[in-house]
Amino acid sequence: MAATTDTVVELAEAVRSGARSAEEIARATVDRLEELQPRLHAFLSHDRERSLGRAREIDDDRRRGEALGPLAGVPVALKDNLCTNFGPTTCGSKILEPFRSRYNAHVVDRLESAGAIIVGKTNLDEFAMGSSTENSAFGPTLNPWDVSRVAGGSSGGSCAAVAAGLVSAALGSDTGGSIRLPASFCGVVGLKPTYGRVSRYGLVAFGSSLDQIGPIATTVADVALLLNTIAGHDPRDSTSIDRPVPDYAASLEESLKGKRIGISEEYFGPGLNAEVAAAVRAAIDVLAREGAEVVPIHLPHMKYGIACYYLIATAEASSNLARFDGVHYGRRTPRPADVIDLYASTRGEGFGAEVKRRIMLGTFALSSGYYDAYYLKASKVRTLIKKDFDEAFSRVDVIASPVAPTTAFRVGEKSEDPLAMYLSDIYTIAANLAGVCAISVPCGFDSLGLPIGLQLMAAPFVEEKLLTLAHQYQLSTHWHTRRQVARR
Amino acid sequence: MAASLDESAVRHVANLARLRITDEECSRYATQLSKILDYVRQLNELDTAGVSPTAHPLAVANVLREDIVRPSWTPADALANAPDHDDKFFRVPKVLDQESA
Repeated sequence: MAATTDTVVELAEAVRSGARSAEEIARATVDRLEELQPRLHAFLSHDRERSLGRAREIDDDRRRGEALGPLAGVPVALKDNLCTNFGPTTCGSKILEPFRSRYNAHVVDRLESAGAIIVGKTNLDEFAMGSSTENSAFGPTLNPWDVSRVAGGSSGGSCAAVAAGLVSAALGSDTGGSIRLPASFCGVVGLKPTYGRVSRYGLVAFGSSLDQIGPIATTVADVALLLNTIAGHDPRDSTSIDRPVPDYAASLEESLKGKRIGISEEYFGPGLNAEVAAAVRAAIDVLAREGAEVVPIHLPHMKYGIACYYLIATAEASSNLARFDGVHYGRRTPRPADVIDLYASTRGEGFGAEVKRRIMLGTFALSSGYYDAYYLKASKVRTLIKKDFDEAFSRVDVIASPVAPTTAFRVGEKSEDPLAMYLSDIYTIAANLAGVCAISVPCGFDSLGLPIGLQLMAAPFVEEKLLTLAHQYQLSTHWHTRRQVARR
Repeated sequence: MAASLDESAVRHVANLARLRITDEECSRYATQLSKILDYVRQLNELDTAGVSPTAHPLAVANVLREDIVRPSWTPADALANAPDHDDKFFRVPKVLDQESA
């Protein structure tokens, strides 16, 4: 069966016009998902009957002449750290294997109100902690371009599912690059919105001052349509900001003339693969030819991002994951000696190696005697990183950079060396620390045929600038139209 | 900043975090966490005297709402995922009359 080449925009139009039924689209989607699941392991769960049932409701609505939502009949996948009141929500962890959420995440309600068909939940690094999806307790997701390689992480299942054409769109979450890195490795578009743009109600928390939910698709136009649906204030998340949501899909056609693109040489230093550097510089040349002005900028503290992040994110994780105690939900150790052993054995057995490593690092960074030297120090460095971005965005509209220093690496290549894995996020992490918005857009392939991503970053709450530039880039290039599924 | 975590320090942190770890895990985490702490020590290159910390990327404070009664979960909803419970309560092993903790 051929990969779907339909975009979200095309599928929604086909359903609206009656050219295709939502049920037929849903059936083809689930068939293909099941066919490719053994090769890619992009999904952790899916529900054929529920998907077909929802699709039939859309078809009935249409037959009755009722108004259809902007995503009516469009199949969408969700990263499995987004709560759904149907099916499991595992976070890729054994500790949540028996858990069944009683409520939907805000974004799930928004998608379903817009008519989207949620076909399944995608694989991730356990609790979104990782850069390859190898930390899933249920096994890694493989890269559709080369199944001996990782899909990236932590939203690896969502990005692989879109890249393989199993769905046209998916949601992920991004704490330090977890949407953008796998989007780059899989050759799809992934957006991390501004901190506060999308409600995290129902997203299982990892690093609460960093986490953000965002859309993944093959085109920027599709990502804009998804963002229209999920963005906006929600009183159930006090960090979601109450400000107007522009029509992102309507502002894509603006000219690039006069737009200022900042280039920081800090993003092109040692450690960056030469083919990736060449592809990203060529992409910047394309934007310049379209009328954008390239401006050299300096982000002197960017290189401290990884060190800063792995103290702050782990500190927040150590606190957030304290809720998994074997009492309220999830798995409990079978024969606890006492209540302390109930907590410690449940957590020791239920969490995987990386999650335990991060909980311990974060606990240490917050512990008495070390708090000032580690957590507080990192929080101050975060201020310096944020100031770099504030300064840069007073001079430029967007900053362009690589997403990752390399293309997709081999399964197992970095799994024994946590620090080497952390360094995969070196170019993405600062956007989370500063709270700015950032997007990954396909901008070429290396000599092995693996996708390369261009990162564009912009000031808080100007997603429209990112999306316009990225859309205009896709109009001038063809990278996003190349599809190759599980060829090896 | 201390540059490394020995096995007894790892045991201490694991206890604070309520994580049961094996001897083998303890020795592996001591090596890995020491390497990571060695890496984060580069933050000491920066003079942060007079820099205020950032805990949250946006300047949002005191988000308030009207104090109105709204629908919320029943005890049955709250207990639905509990590994062990009775009609009203989460059930855990006996806490009192113990010398531990």
